[in-house]
Amino acid sequence: MNRSPLSLRPGAPVQDEALLPTRREFVKRLGTGLFVWVVLGRTAGAEVSEAAHPVTVRPKPTGDFNAFLHIDENGHVTCFTGKIEMGQGPITSLPQMLAEDLDVSVDDISMVMGDTDLCPFDQGTWGSQTTQTFGTVWRTAAAEARGALLEEAAETLQVPVAQLSVHLGVVTDTKDPARKITYGQLTMGKKIERQVTAKPNLKTPDQFRIIGKPLLRKDSREKVTGRAVYAGDVRLPGMLYASILRAPAHGAVLKRVDTSGLKGTEGIVIVQQPDLMAVLHALPDAAEDALGKVRAEFEPSPSKLDDRTIYAHLEQAKLEARVVAQGGDLDVGRGLAVRRLSQTYLGAYVAHAAMETHTALAHVEGDHATVWASTQNPFGAREEIALALGLPIPKVRVITPFVGGGFGGKSFNLQAVEAARLSKATGRPVQVMWTREEEFFNDTFRPASVIKVDSGLDAAGRIAFWDYEVRFSGDRASEHLYDIAHHRTAAVGGFNGPPGYHPFEVGAWRAPGSSNNAFARESHVDQLASMAGVDPIEFRLRQLKDARLTRVLKAAADHWGWQPAKGPSGRGLGVACGQDAGSYVAAIAEVGVKDGKITVKRALWVQEMGLVINPAGAKIQMEGGITMGLGYALSEEIHFKDGAIRDTNFDRYALPRFSWVPKIETVILEADDTPPRGGGEPAIILTGAVIANAVHDATGVRLLELPMSPERVKAALEAKAQQA
Amino acid sequence: MPAANVSFRLNGKPVQLSVAPDRTLLWVLRTDLGLNGAKYGCGIAQCGACTVLVDHRAVRSCSVDIQSVHGADVVTIEGLAEGEKLHPLQEAFIAHDALQCGYCTAGMILTAYDFLLRHPNPTREEVVAGMDDNLCRCGAHVRIVDAILEAAPAMRGTQSP
Ligand code: FES
Ligand code: FES
Repeated sequence: MNRSPLSLRPGAPVQDEALLPTRREFVKRLGTGLFVWVVLGRTAGAEVSEAAHPVTVRPKPTGDFNAFLHIDENGHVTCFTGKIEMGQGPITSLPQMLAEDLDVSVDDISMVMGDTDLCPFDQGTWGSQTTQTFGTVWRTAAAEARGALLEEAAETLQVPVAQLSVHLGVVTDTKDPARKITYGQLTMGKKIERQVTAKPNLKTPDQFRIIGKPLLRKDSREKVTGRAVYAGDVRLPGMLYASILRAPAHGAVLKRVDTSGLKGTEGIVIVQQPDLMAVLHALPDAAEDALGKVRAEFEPSPSKLDDRTIYAHLEQAKLEARVVAQGGDLDVGRGLAVRRLSQTYLGAYVAHAAMETHTALAHVEGDHATVWASTQNPFGAREEIALALGLPIPKVRVITPFVGGGFGGKSFNLQAVEAARLSKATGRPVQVMWTREEEFFNDTFRPASVIKVDSGLDAAGRIAFWDYEVRFSGDRASEHLYDIAHHRTAAVGGFNGPPGYHPFEVGAWRAPGSSNNAFARESHVDQLASMAGVDPIEFRLRQLKDARLTRVLKAAADHWGWQPAKGPSGRGLGVACGQDAGSYVAAIAEVGVKDGKITVKRALWVQEMGLVINPAGAKIQMEGGITMGLGYALSEEIHFKDGAIRDTNFDRYALPRFSWVPKIETVILEADDTPPRGGGEPAIILTGAVIANAVHDATGVRLLELPMSPERVKAALEAKAQQA
Repeated sequence: MPAANVSFRLNGKPVQLSVAPDRTLLWVLRTDLGLNGAKYGCGIAQCGACTVLVDHRAVRSCSVDIQSVHGADVVTIEGLAEGEKLHPLQEAFIAHDALQCGYCTAGMILTAYDFLLRHPNPTREEVVAGMDDNLCRCGAHVRIVDAILEAAPAMRGTQSP
């Protein structure tokens, strides 16, 4: 991945005692070459933070630039960014953007990601921001670098800049093509610094050679050969593996612990602190076995909630509602309605369940700590570790190797803090790799949520009013997208709390809040369409406000070969549309229902996401979102009682499998003149809604609760049969 | 348990270990033998991330003892390529972008290896059924199936069980 001399070197912690690296220090470390500082200005941090623990300290010295790129004497380009690679693909798309505007080969670019000593501050990798917010700025930096190099070349070759052309890092005099000079030669022995400020000359879409072309992942070879390094793969001499004692239930307090069973067990180290008890050994399985011999007694959890009573609890929580959007007068709207529809939509707690559990290796030496962590926010982790160890922040270095999936769950860095504390306590490097059971216990789950929608149709069959309240899902993508004169959208709580209402930690989960909001909104609109006796696509098109959303929905109907019919048509076809992370998305799916089991047969997703950097990568992200979404739609639910989690491994918690995946078609609509938008999240928001609508179309039964498990589907079908 | 001698072939080379015979193959590979390609995902044979080949059969290394491979031929993802020449499955996974975070990838490839040995000419449905017990959270499923189907003919040509 990295050809830079400063790339990941497990076992070689940085001894540099400097404070937060400033530009000067970065320049000093890297020696000569061209530096371009990437400044995001005020847009940085404008997005909602998904950190489990918000970063409170924004380092001043580096605060004026967010990333930088460096071109060395060999013409090799290295980008230093605090963003991380967890599968979503910036390791490919960022070089692709740079290569375009810099006119170098993608292969001549390497990435140094998520290392707090080598990369400038970044608040975290989430919210589909990497391309959206950073994309243009990266391209700007590349264009700036190219401009600077052309100026150097003009001087060296004694010709005007306009007379020069660049291909693959070689500058040529167009009047005398024998006269060439490479980027490497131009930077040799020099220190050139630039900062991206004004609008430089970005290439326009008609000039693209690299952007917009499908490019295979750059990290595949390492990943198919087993060479890719994840946090759990880093080894240090003398390291110990820790197994940590966990409570059987959230809120259960440790009463007493008896380690006498460990007598005679060789090679173990016990760490016993008031809130952290661990058994460590040079072998991970030996540590785990040893922990099994520890007897511990806990007070019962004070929580008396379970996965059925939680909804009433959340519904009754006394918290002020925030108005997200409103217009007109709801009373007037209610007066206009000739038919009313009020529904409550429920969503279960869902786990992140990345295949890699939270893992970290920490090495605390004197007043310095180096921690390799699977994290989505290395800078947040650094701060949490510093706080836990009582070290100044600059004395902690967090290095992020490849991350084995995050989806929001790895913005929570408890495992890194635990590893650091255990390393400090034992004086040895310590690895903490949560077991799957610990992962299911400690996860910051997607919160259970309750969404209430009250609405009605006027005499003309249009939506007369819309009164929407989302509780505990978060307000992202909660606004309705339709032209409704009298409306109000309100939110209570958010995707991460507030604390005190959930029986365990909750947090951001891929497109936080959006999937539940899309499920409620699009299910509700679908019922209105069916009440109005209008085809669900036609019904939506009549009232959609946004031209971009209309475009994707129409395109979906075209690609599918949609035959209008009012629902339920018996065909098992569902429709949904929505907006997330600046992108627009529409979905159509066909389902079958047998013995309560829903099978998705065919799925079409159409997305407009502005300028697409890597169409191959974008499609993969869409497929991934659709597939992952099958889980929250059909099976994924955390069962719990009195603070204890009942689904602690994949034998009970069912992730989507190969046999669940339908024939998937993805279509990306061109919108090259619109800045790039988020691609990692929008697709997943519609999976629940489109399936619920398709099930209704197939059976006439409306499912109001996620996941739509076979038991729930059966119960709903039986209830309907009894009514009839 | 007292240590015992366990010997087997690992990625083509003989190994001899003196270990507690009930230790888990996955952890012996990852720690004692320094091969990190097999990953821990669940520890109870539910996800497939830890898959290795034992005598050409896919085995979940989190759920077998080291003594069970005594005398066997063990291949991990690190041993699948011949030098720099990748196995057709590896090539196909690259060509189809059949991975995202990559954490499930070794297990997917080695499970597919076993599957293709037994089903040299599979249909799409057979691949889906054969891979159904391997989990991927990133949702790379469609491409994994594509990659396996593409690798099938090449594997028929190169492998003998
Ligand atoms: S770790 Fe072995 S099957 Fe999951
Ligand atoms: S690629 Fe991430 S789990 Fe499969």
